[in-house]
Amino acid sequence: MASETTAAHGAAGAEHAAEGSSLVFHPMDQFIVKPLFGGDTIAWYTPTNVTLWLFFAVLAIIGLLVLSTSKRAIVPTRMQSIAELAYGFIYKMLEDICGKEGVKFFPYVMTLFMFIVTANFLGLIPTSFTTTSHFAVTIPLALAVFLTVTVLGFVKNGAGFLSLFWVSSAPLALRPILAIIELISYFVRPVSHSIRLAGNVMAGHAVIKVFAGFAAIAAISPVSVLAITAMYGLEVLVAFIQAYVFTILTCVYLKDALHPHH
Amino acid sequence: MATEPIAAEAVGKCVDSHGSAIGMPQLCFDWFPNQIFWLVITLVVIFLVLSRVALPRIAAILAERQGTITNDLAAAEDLKAKAVEAEEAYNKALADARAEAQRIAAEARAEIQADLDDAIAKADAEIAAKAAESEKAIAEIRAGALESIQVVAKDVAAELVTALGGKADADAIAGAVEAQLKG
Repeated sequence: MASETTAAHGAAGAEHAAEGSSLVFHPMDQFIVKPLFGGDTIAWYTPTNVTLWLFFAVLAIIGLLVLSTSKRAIVPTRMQSIAELAYGFIYKMLEDICGKEGVKFFPYVMTLFMFIVTANFLGLIPTSFTTTSHFAVTIPLALAVFLTVTVLGFVKNGAGFLSLFWVSSAPLALRPILAIIELISYFVRPVSHSIRLAGNVMAGHAVIKVFAGFAAIAAISPVSVLAITAMYGLEVLVAFIQAYVFTILTCVYLKDALHPHH
Repeated sequence: MATEPIAAEAVGKCVDSHGSAIGMPQLCFDWFPNQIFWLVITLVVIFLVLSRVALPRIAAILAERQGTITNDLAAAEDLKAKAVEAEEAYNKALADARAEAQRIAAEARAEIQADLDDAIAKADAEIAAKAAESEKAIAEIRAGALESIQVVAKDVAAELVTALGGKADADAIAGAVEAQLKG
């Protein structure tokens, strides 16, 4: 173990030795978790840059949804309009997919959406830390949805929830095979659900960093700046779309729990 | 640097001695408890803020706005009905006034006509009376004139007869004059 670490350090050292030249790529360094107040160890309670940017996300959400609506204006201000739009957007999505029954999960779904969309956009601030690019963040989110859906499905429908895997519209001979496929796809849900979000966010940010590395060469730097601009625009889209996708999939999974029959 | 080995031990698996990431920091399981701990706190805080404060408030605002819009629409409908009513009343008043005016005009015309007829009749009667009087006067004058002519003719005839040496026979002369006048 120790030798392996040393070897890794050796390789890294060699890489750093080559940094005298112009091209330096550290696209993944932006994702490193660091303690906020010095020190080396990261225990579960240590305030880190993760803590800081999660805190900013909370502040942003409070600012957007609470402070902006404090006047309760009939004719809304811009910020209040955004808050109302976000509310209406998620509420309608949930109601359209899950029906009236799903509305009681609205605070939960809204929490997920607001957290992801806010964290994604905060991550687009240069030099910020993108919390949603970490599997440690997206996997708990996806697992929470998975567990909620599974528990809710069995509580509401009992064993009837298993009919989700029994495709009654398929020919009888095919049903066992389909049941296996459905079962596998059901358990893959949290994996795809979490990796989709973290992967998209991480990839975009890493690509921007790679383009930024090329900017060190004067001849390429204009192209590099253009590429970063284009990627940034794309990332703005991705930041919203991934939050939207995560939320709409949550709604679809909730619908499965509420109405498991195909 | 006595702490160096401990640091390398603690951070070494994910970050190299220069502070750069080794592989994907996302897969550094040493950091997972920390991230998950703070994430859970964050989500709980967001959930509480949303479910206790933000969402009920926004729902209230939206409901209130919906109510206001509904009320305003109803009020607008009401006012529109009132406007239609007012227009109808106005038209009715206008029609009434016009009819009244026509009636008054007709009445006035009839009155004038009656007065006129009256005056004409009176004038006709007066004219007729005057004409009759005149006729009577003329007849009288005419009769007077005939008598005078008879007298004068008799006198002249008697004088002529006398002047010619005859003897004036009054009856003969009167008969002759009368016969002449009847001529």
